[in-house]
Amino acid sequence: MQDSIEKVIDLKAPVSRVWQAVTDYKEFGAWFQADLENPFVVGEVTRGVATYRGAEGVKWVATVEAMEPERLFSFRWCPYANDNEMDYSKEPTTLVEFRFEPTATGTRLVVTESGFSQLPDEAKATEALRRNTGGWNAQAGHITAYVES
Amino acid sequence: MSNPDPVPVLAALGDATRLQLVSRLAEGKSLSIAELTGGLDLTRQGVTKHLRVLERAGIVNSIRVGRESRFSYVPEPVNHACSYLENVSKQWDDALSRLQKLVES
Repeated sequence: MQDSIEKVIDLKAPVSRVWQAVTDYKEFGAWFQADLENPFVVGEVTRGVATYRGAEGVKWVATVEAMEPERLFSFRWCPYANDNEMDYSKEPTTLVEFRFEPTATGTRLVVTESGFSQLPDEAKATEALRRNTGGWNAQAGHITAYVES
Repeated sequence: MSNPDPVPVLAALGDATRLQLVSRLAEGKSLSIAELTGGLDLTRQGVTKHLRVLERAGIVNSIRVGRESRFSYVPEPVNHACSYLENVSKQWDDALSRLQKLVES
């Protein structure tokens, strides 16, 4: 079973504009709905508080992994860290990647969040999925939908 | 945390043998270790080990019937993990549509 979510969105804006909207911490906070305190810097932690409905005031913490201008931006975070009293710093994280590709009409942005199950062996997991697609029924089948979406 | 943690459930499912065991049990019948071992390239001990992992994650239940243990599927943890992923997916959709408004305006 794979454990990632992928989103592809075509934006009618040049890559330079989309890059800025995603990697400038203030602009990021505006659309992501988080009040961030400090810029994204590779290897460093950006902190803030969530402002989206249902999660207002929850700590927002991410460690930047990569910033390749107008190509790739990625960070790690703990997606289910919703309790400010808990220490999530040793919990498993997921990797969020933003990939930027120029298109005739603007930018294709591909967002992937992976690592929900902290699989030790990705190849094995993919193989498992291939062998089991179709073998699933009812509830178990829902998860595979994410792989194909 | 208000919700049970989906990570152990997803991790328990991230193995080919365990996925096969869950697929069989998800058909609804409770099965013995002997029945579950049939058709698999594994010893009883191997299957038992995998069943214990699934049991710890709450995905299967075991009951003792006479001298043997029978295992059955508990759908809630997998359902919960699925709805957790659905929720994450929906949050990304919402966030990206706000990004779209921002950059296209």
